Amino acid sequence: MVENRPFLTFLTHAFLILGFVIVALPVYVAIMASTHDISTLMSGPVPLLPGSHFIENYSTILTSASAAHGLPNYSHMALNSLVMALAITVGKICISILSAFAIVYFRFPFRLLAFWIIFVTLMLPVEVRIMPTYKIVADLGMLNSWAGLTIPLIASATATFLFRQFFMTVPDELLEAARVDGAGPLKFFRDILLPLSRTNIGALCVILFIYGWVQYLWPLLVTTDPGYYTLMMGMKRMVTVQDGVIEWHLVMAGSVLAMLPPILVVVFMQRLFIRGLTETEK
Amino acid sequence: MDTKRTTFNNRLLPYLLLAPQLAITLIFFIWPAAQAVKSSFEREDPFGFSTVFVGLAHYQQLLADPNYLDSLWRTAVFAVSVTLLSMVLGLAFAAAVDRLTRTSKVYTTLLVWPYAVAPVVAGVLWWFLFNTSTGLLPFFLERFGILWDHDLNGTHAMILIIIAAAWKQISYNFLFFLAGLQSVPQALMEAAAIDGSGPVKRFFTISLPLLSPTTFFLFIINVNYTMFDTFPIVDATTGGGPAQATTTLVYKVYQDGYVGLNLGSSSAQSVLLMLIVMLLTFVQFRFVERRVQY
Repeated sequence: MVENRPFLTFLTHAFLILGFVIVALPVYVAIMASTHDISTLMSGPVPLLPGSHFIENYSTILTSASAAHGLPNYSHMALNSLVMALAITVGKICISILSAFAIVYFRFPFRLLAFWIIFVTLMLPVEVRIMPTYKIVADLGMLNSWAGLTIPLIASATATFLFRQFFMTVPDELLEAARVDGAGPLKFFRDILLPLSRTNIGALCVILFIYGWVQYLWPLLVTTDPGYYTLMMGMKRMVTVQDGVIEWHLVMAGSVLAMLPPILVVVFMQRLFIRGLTETEK
Repeated sequence: MDTKRTTFNNRLLPYLLLAPQLAITLIFFIWPAAQAVKSSFEREDPFGFSTVFVGLAHYQQLLADPNYLDSLWRTAVFAVSVTLLSMVLGLAFAAAVDRLTRTSKVYTTLLVWPYAVAPVVAGVLWWFLFNTSTGLLPFFLERFGILWDHDLNGTHAMILIIIAAAWKQISYNFLFFLAGLQSVPQALMEAAAIDGSGPVKRFFTISLPLLSPTTFFLFIINVNYTMFDTFPIVDATTGGGPAQATTTLVYKVYQDGYVGLNLGSSSAQSVLLMLIVMLLTFVQFRFVERRVQY
């Protein structure tokens, strides 16, 4: 701080607290709504104080609520989300670190072409090629399968670039020393590069876990079998009721549970999260 | 593009290392994109038996279709509003947190977590807050004489998705602006303070100009986010309605292609979207290179 201005500091705190209150409002209201029964919610604006149906609502959403919408059990969908997020995280990191290793530590024909092919993925998000990608996955018989849900999403230009950039800063002497000692490329990769990349891998894990957890469009396209539904699909199903009222108390309980894992990851691994976010630049 | 001073000289190994990444990219990215380009020039008969080459007919139809132009315009309004709203708030929070020393970590934690909320959940939460029968906000708006109804009023529906989309993006902008502000040289600030300029003046004459690379970068990233990553918000809340009022370009590709099975038109729309992403990516990378020298 350049100079001491107590009043301005007070204003700063007031502004930030107000900002936090506004940012947290939807989540606060969701938590409050999840502790009331539906008739309380329907009879006017949401109460801003907790009600008495907390245990009832959460046990309903965890046990029987999803069956009413033709969905699998909530814990089943949560497990699907977890498997999908972890598979995408591990898959992206594995194939990206290997390709970055190839691009930085080898000289071979078509190296530049390989680099550009990877780069192009940045320009082709799934949102712009919905139909043809769906068709490919269908032709390969990968609809309603874990392979179809995860493999098409694990190509990653940003992760590859992050590892490439990091490898470029690893001193050349390490490689030379390793070669003098007779280490081949795979031994060098396993014993030297991989341990050095630990922090970067950690940072990417946090970002990619969130990326995988919140996936929506892709599961919507490739899964019709409710057995593969993730929490995000379940949320959508629970709010699209043809007639009758949306069971807001349960939807809100479900939302609160569905956003909890990634929020906890961000809050408790904040250093890695910020590092991952700012270094991959999306 | 550089490699290391010394490299390994295996012939086959680099290709094996690259194989998984390249295979996935070719099969699930480049091939479908090429298919989209191809079928945007073709018309398929309803039974899928034969296709005829129709040239630019799909594109001509699209660009003459008031629905499409409407969706283009709405997407632009959506993207610019979300970008401005989330960037201004992100910058304001970052400037405030940057002023504090001991408590800055606490406030950062309090402000970053919305990034982790899934777009579909963010949409549902705001949809609930604005819900006409149970929501908190329509109840307050009514006191100001505003009858909120996003099921019938297109403008209201648009405001709803703008707020939901911007809310999620504030933390991203906040973190980047904070990093930018923290790298502004302290000496500049002290010199300006000695010359008698107050905090507000320093912010506008020193911090803000020095932040312009970050601002520009974030602008591109945010436009990209609003155009492509907000599909779940639209799909779970307004469903593109009422009367197409919140049908973004991506939502229209999905509706026309996946739901309406109009392959040719959907492909032509895909190709136009690809051009937009390419333009954005090009601008972004041109700029990032320059930013390194900054």
